[in-house]
Amino acid sequence: MAGQQRVYKQKIRSTQTLKKMFRAMELIAASRIGKARDRAVKASPYTRAITRAVSAVASHTDIDHVLTKDRTDTNRVAILVVTADRGQAGAYSATVLREAEQLRHQLIEDGKEPVLYVTGRRGVSFYTFRGIELEQTWLGDSDNPKVEVAEEIGQTLLDAFRAPADSGGVSELHVVYTRFRSMVSQEPQVLRMLPLEVVEGVAEPTTEVLPLYEFEPSAEAVLDALLPRYIRSRIFNSLLQAAASELSARQRAMHTATENAQDIITNYTRLANQARQAEITQEISEIVSGADALAAS
Amino acid sequence: MPLNVEIVSPDRTWWSGEAVSVGAPAADGDLGILTGHQPVLAVLRPGVVRVRPTSGEPVTMDVDGGFISVDQDSVTIVVDPTTGEDRTSGEN
Repeated sequence: MAGQQRVYKQKIRSTQTLKKMFRAMELIAASRIGKARDRAVKASPYTRAITRAVSAVASHTDIDHVLTKDRTDTNRVAILVVTADRGQAGAYSATVLREAEQLRHQLIEDGKEPVLYVTGRRGVSFYTFRGIELEQTWLGDSDNPKVEVAEEIGQTLLDAFRAPADSGGVSELHVVYTRFRSMVSQEPQVLRMLPLEVVEGVAEPTTEVLPLYEFEPSAEAVLDALLPRYIRSRIFNSLLQAAASELSARQRAMHTATENAQDIITNYTRLANQARQAEITQEISEIVSGADALAAS
Repeated sequence: MPLNVEIVSPDRTWWSGEAVSVGAPAADGDLGILTGHQPVLAVLRPGVVRVRPTSGEPVTMDVDGGFISVDQDSVTIVVDPTTGEDRTSGEN
């Protein structure tokens, strides 16, 4: 019986250690969310300026650019999947990957040939475990995306889109990431980024009329400079959103884990108390019956 | 009325404030902007952006490329990301 008590005590102690760890991870994630949102805020003037400029050009000229044209010469399509580097974030990576798999199967059904670009260790291990070939991967800093990495990803994908069909060109680019709506709600999102639909850029609901711009050196040259930057800034934006989503998913998961640990501790404490009482009761009844036996003799 | 100037890159705002004049290296030649300039969207070549604020020292900044948009006295200079070191000089 005493053994029972010791086992419970042991379990309580180990759960307490785990609880401390979960709590620490929750706090770390919480403090990083603030930073991640800060970065998203800092990036927004750039995104705004680019979007405005794109819609300015779009409203003045007929956009006819390599990046807005449908390609029919190849059926390879690129998918960029944005996942986390580490687990302990609940269903965060699983949700994105499920969405990505759905898109992949859909594309295969449509007779396309998906080519995967993945960021984040979880995504890479998911696909390598299933023996699915990855075109290119980026690891590290999934919760703190660097602008340089975003530029590199953007450049790689733009190059792939502009490459000829026989040297690995792709005809479409889809991005699967997690959109950060609020601290409690993040949802996986599938975006078709290339070829560009400029309508998205013009969607900015402003009542003010855009002025008649003069383009220097020419509207085409300005567009040429703008569109790749627009794509790269959107990719950076989706990385930032994914980072904020990852952190808040982790915070939530760790919060639940802390609560569960507390539940387990409460349960085991009850069981330990019961075991102690049972032991005492047994001892008393042993003593009493011993005394009875002595008195009877 | 002074110009409203903003110099931004993907990850941060490098400089923002009111200025008397802005000089930027546009693709075909340097562009000088004073108040009342006509709306323009220009591609930048590598060079130096100069901003003369309404108060304080002039600000200069090396850029590798980007573009500038001028619209009703608000000037937005979008520069490409480079290494994190501070490239603006002069008073902020």
